Amino acid sequence: MKCRVCRGSAIIDLRRHNANFCAEHFVKFCHDQVARAIKDHKMIASGDRALVAVSGGKDSLAIWRILRELGYEADGLYVGLGIGEYSEDSGGYVRRFAEANDLNLVEVDLRREYGYDIPHGSRAARRAPCSACGMSKRHVFDKAAVDGNYDVLVTGHNLDDEAAVLFGNVLRWQTDYLGRQEPVLEARPGFPRKVKPLIRLAEREMAAYCVITGIDYVLDECPMAVGNRHIGYKEALNAIEVQSPGTKHDFYHGFLRSASAKFKPETDAARDALNDCQSCGAPTTNEVCAFCSLVERATAAQPVRLSPRPEREKRQKKSTTPATDERTT
Amino acid sequence: MQITLRNPTRTVEVKGPMSVQKLMNRLKVNRESVLVISNGALVPGDAQLPDSAAVEIRSVISGG
Repeated sequence: MKCRVCRGSAIIDLRRHNANFCAEHFVKFCHDQVARAIKDHKMIASGDRALVAVSGGKDSLAIWRILRELGYEADGLYVGLGIGEYSEDSGGYVRRFAEANDLNLVEVDLRREYGYDIPHGSRAARRAPCSACGMSKRHVFDKAAVDGNYDVLVTGHNLDDEAAVLFGNVLRWQTDYLGRQEPVLEARPGFPRKVKPLIRLAEREMAAYCVITGIDYVLDECPMAVGNRHIGYKEALNAIEVQSPGTKHDFYHGFLRSASAKFKPETDAARDALNDCQSCGAPTTNEVCAFCSLVERATAAQPVRLSPRPEREKRQKKSTTPATDERTT
Repeated sequence: MQITLRNPTRTVEVKGPMSVQKLMNRLKVNRESVLVISNGALVPGDAQLPDSAAVEIRSVISGG
């Protein structure tokens, strides 16, 4: 295979673009796609200070690097989630990346700042771990961006992420969510401006970008996310994509072009009805926001965690039994 | 060829030489969900992998 640009040896083939690239021109392709997304959706203005939410994974580290390559001022924000070895490893990747590239990193540790971590907090609040994690991160991202006077909060959501979320929302016709699935969410009181500059690049392309440019990222999947619904949606979409290249792009970008605006009135009405959380002041539909409610439950549950009650031990015993049986059959 | 797959990490032996696309078919792996890295370098679908190659099939799907 030959590179579409220079006719040198290609190292990657992108069937959805009917194109192959050498390393140099693939990197340029990625930068161009991000620049185009930023321009098309007016994501970041010249002179803006950006805060990039980084997890140690391929997408967030790559977008941090790309924004700097494109000349934007961008600091990183890492949230310590307390998911055992996985979080320790992830933090290490982020810190090494920031140090090697001489970048400014802001860190927030959930345990230190709020007194809980995701495994215990989600259990105490009776929320799915991915739901508690997403909500915690969103709150911390918003607060850090607003408190730090950043003009824009950048996340590393790629085309596959957005297509999978859209797929899930369409399958259940969650029209309130469909109205807010946009690549740019404007700033409102308590919320920073949020943008997703990777919406033109697929997950496979981001991983390739990291391999080519030497970005060392965490390869292991979060142990709490293994087998989650989001991953299932991505696999389903990839099963279609391999038969019909370009489907994910057409699905998501077609939605933005032709359907997203239809769901906005419902979302806007819900936004207008928001109050200030009585505890932290963040916008919420209730008296106390979901995040503060999670913190309250999670921290109230701390003594229980340190000294298990008999019924808790019973529950734990019960939950381990099927797994043991499964392994032996 | 020694093939390393991720999430979970495991190793399998496959007789080479073989093209990347054929290897994907043999292992029933969707090419959209992985990168193929042979002896440390990315390789496209039509690349021939020699029997001596150390190949990593790296999953690119993350939970988000």
